[in-house]
Amino acid sequence: MKDFIIPDRDFGTPAAKSKQMVTLTIDGFAVTVPEGTSIMRAAAEAGIQVPKLCATDSIDAFGSCRLCLVEIEGRNGTPASCTTPVAAGLKVHTQNAKLKQLRRGVMELYISDHPLDCLTCSANGDCELQDMAGAVGLRDVRYEAVATHFKARDTSGRANPQYIPRDDSNPYFSYDPQKCIVCSRCVRACEEVQGTFALTIEGRGFDSRVSFGAKSDDALASDCVSCGACVAACPTATLQEKSIIEIGTPSHSVVTTCAYCGVGCSFKAEMRGDELVRMVPYKHGKANRGHSCVKGRFAYGYASHKDRILNPMIRDSINDPWQEVSWPEAMAFTAARMQGIIAKYGQKSVGVITSSRCTNEEAYLVQKLTRAVFMNNNTDTCARVCHSPTGYGLGQTLGTSAGTQDFDSVEETDVVIIIGANPTDGHPVFASRLKKRLRQGAKLIVVDPRRTDMVESPHIKAQHHLALTPGTNVAVVTALAHVIVTEGIYNEAFIRERCDWDEFRDYAEFVSLPQNSPEATELLTGVKAETVREAARLYALGGNGSIYYGLGVTEHSQGSTTVIGIANLAMMTGNVGRPGVGVNPLRGQNNVQGSCDMGSFPHELPGYRHVKGEAVRDVFERAWGVKIDNEPGLRIPNMLDAAVEGTFKGLYCQGEDILQSDPDTKHVAAGLAAMECVIVHDLFLNETANYAHVFLPGSTFLEKNGTFTNAERRINRVRKVMAPRNGYEDWEVTMMLANEMGAGWTYTHPSQIMDEIAMTTPSFAGVNYEKLETMGSVQWPCNEAAPEGTPLMHVDGFVRGKGKFINTEYIATDEKTGPRFPLLLTTGRILSQYNVGAQTRRTANVVWHDQDVLEIHPHDAEVRGIKDGDWVRLASRSGDTTLRAALTDRVNPGVVYTTFHHPDTQANVITTDYSDWATNCPEYKVTAVQISPSNGPSEWQEDYAAQARLSRRILSAAE
Amino acid sequence: MSHDPHTKLIYMANQIARFMESKPHAEGLEGLYSHINDFWEPRMRTHLFEVLDAGGQGLRPLVVEAASHIRRPVAA
Repeated sequence: MKDFIIPDRDFGTPAAKSKQMVTLTIDGFAVTVPEGTSIMRAAAEAGIQVPKLCATDSIDAFGSCRLCLVEIEGRNGTPASCTTPVAAGLKVHTQNAKLKQLRRGVMELYISDHPLDCLTCSANGDCELQDMAGAVGLRDVRYEAVATHFKARDTSGRANPQYIPRDDSNPYFSYDPQKCIVCSRCVRACEEVQGTFALTIEGRGFDSRVSFGAKSDDALASDCVSCGACVAACPTATLQEKSIIEIGTPSHSVVTTCAYCGVGCSFKAEMRGDELVRMVPYKHGKANRGHSCVKGRFAYGYASHKDRILNPMIRDSINDPWQEVSWPEAMAFTAARMQGIIAKYGQKSVGVITSSRCTNEEAYLVQKLTRAVFMNNNTDTCARVCHSPTGYGLGQTLGTSAGTQDFDSVEETDVVIIIGANPTDGHPVFASRLKKRLRQGAKLIVVDPRRTDMVESPHIKAQHHLALTPGTNVAVVTALAHVIVTEGIYNEAFIRERCDWDEFRDYAEFVSLPQNSPEATELLTGVKAETVREAARLYALGGNGSIYYGLGVTEHSQGSTTVIGIANLAMMTGNVGRPGVGVNPLRGQNNVQGSCDMGSFPHELPGYRHVKGEAVRDVFERAWGVKIDNEPGLRIPNMLDAAVEGTFKGLYCQGEDILQSDPDTKHVAAGLAAMECVIVHDLFLNETANYAHVFLPGSTFLEKNGTFTNAERRINRVRKVMAPRNGYEDWEVTMMLANEMGAGWTYTHPSQIMDEIAMTTPSFAGVNYEKLETMGSVQWPCNEAAPEGTPLMHVDGFVRGKGKFINTEYIATDEKTGPRFPLLLTTGRILSQYNVGAQTRRTANVVWHDQDVLEIHPHDAEVRGIKDGDWVRLASRSGDTTLRAALTDRVNPGVVYTTFHHPDTQANVITTDYSDWATNCPEYKVTAVQISPSNGPSEWQEDYAAQARLSRRILSAAE
Repeated sequence: MSHDPHTKLIYMANQIARFMESKPHAEGLEGLYSHINDFWEPRMRTHLFEVLDAGGQGLRPLVVEAASHIRRPVAA
């Protein structure tokens, strides 16, 4: 299964996109390439590697190293092949006596200022400088190194002012200036690929040095976001992963998919034996195109963290300490408990939560467990608390519950609206791709209460920032539609062809009402009418318009309404069905799309088909040999309500921490405490496990086979690179439990589960592991009509037939500010941490974010006597907690903001149980709060910490 | 918001009603009862009927009007 490392061939410069082909001759061979291709790349495509140092195909040619010189018949001199474009009929020579001599001369100069410690150098075997010295036949260096950058002291023992010691401040990579050849690849990668501009070249000539911003900054103190693009671009040991320095070079690599956010980046897991040496973004990954962020590239240490639980554990009561047991004992105990509950309280008294972090195959089995073994539809997934309104809203309007585009589409967009999303932190690799397009001139509109980095950062500035009051999304989106309709700038031809014209007219009448005008909504939303008007005109008339949105849209009591409003905007402007446009939900977790596709919701079977449909039930009844309940099951909040009421008693929760991630913690705790069997299947004793009776240890994405589906509906392979440390892949654990309860499942590999999914679910009909091997990945729908998958949806018509316009009336949330709770709290994420932090808190990522802080406007802080860094008490109608304040004008007066990555903050003690009208998706983004100075942790936090400590006691297995 | 099942379900039903009220009446009515039939587990509908059978106090008129189209769960 494991491949040897075949270095991804480096073509030296990026591919040209022209359709015009040009033929030239290189070393006597005819080569045909697109116009605009460099001679270097044309040669590489013909199999001829021109020596090079400063060129690499992830960034534009620069022409500084002078090693890639070639001769062209009829032209003077020896041009650099990286910066010289091809032309028809050129006759190029890449190797002759003159070129050889020139290249040797260049290499000689490079090597004269480079330490010759190759054998002990961490880049030994993986160094392009070493390779090029060999390639040009360098045998001798005539220059004596007197003034150098690499000797700490000169021959007389005086300190060398040019020597800069190694910078180890970043936890994951080191910067060693003595190895630097100043090729600028790192600087250009930071600019062109990542778009952060943290690196620069300081000084001139011999003084030129790579620098993290100001001279006094080290890597950690700089703007660096630790994406690793510079490390990947560096040809020497200058910027290098610390893991390589510690372990050595890898021996083989396996392509797999990141288990963090919904971008779903492809990585090469580079291994030596079963030790993971490093994760390198995979150039041919279609979601990330060779880029990565700090989480996927570096934050995998949790997989071997000491907190990982590797043995199953059980206990009679949640007040007892945990008892380690064997797998068979754990299964016997669990099955007996669940069967006892079903016998006593009925078949609807138990249920499951599937994981949006586990594979498609695992989610499928967990929902199958409840439908075919527990015999009910009580299955839900954490999409309930994030993107369930997307499912509802896009399903109603367009006919399918998914984003319309692939990520490549951003390269062709002209105007982007980002609503309630913070991609530089939540979806960093997508943000980099978007920023690249913005630097090329695309326009940007940001709708967000907070001034995110997308609004303004180096070389990026949004044309319009609609800094609305939290909770007024529908008013803003409807006002945008009002402008487009009343100013007559909608796309009538598109609407007539693709939507129901009469429905549009009804809708147009509704949005044209004066109460929906930007002037009328300005008082509610806090966004100036003129700004809304300008933004609407820009989106409607600016060319390809795309909308990207996140949880700032969905996690509201009108989340579904806003999603509908977004779809309305796209349809009325004709921005659906081609590259560069569309409606794009940015999914939070790696497989939240997949877990939804797999039938994790209580009302629908895999493929978004309602359980009331007899034909659909029939398909699964035949496949599974059971009778399927035709009633919808309980959603997560309903499960907890039913538990408090006493009719829901048993829960199998795979890879999700509802106690930390779901709103109104006290209510969640009460629900869990009322159950008689809570089974937590996870890597760590998470917060939910404090209320569990059974703990089944889980496996990481490195330890199993399967597939994840990202936000662009792309099904990517997850490949096992090491044996599960807990003994079993997660799908095997679910199968053991099912079989202990009499299911008789016989899967031996996840590919068989995918075959069953394909057999039962039309949009997956053409998906199988063989196809994923050959194609790399595929976007559903993938079936007879689209055997290669579907990058763009709704191309010739909407999935539901005619696109449907639905009225979006603004209804203010009932979570209102008042004298006791005058501020609005909204929540979000930070780059270095992921979700509840269970993984990232157990990595060195904590150097960037070791606690949640409360962002507050200096004015609000001033009137409360709060200074930067003070402990503050944050209280809502639901509860209170304490955390430290950070004063910033990123938030408007009246709005405060925090993240929810740390369990000791427990931001969800504050959030209420108000939820989306259609899907019960919680209203995380709006809570009325008050803030006051505080001395330290609240009573709740102390009680909670004490309870958690008590609950996590483990007795080791009796010998 | 209270965790009492009736209060909570009345609130939820009214939330759906307020969305559906902005549609043409017949479409909104159908939207409301189909939504409850499609997404509310029988226990939730049972509680809703407890409220409806007691006169529907606190429910918006559209919910009361839709009641005859909401599937009454069979006793478990």
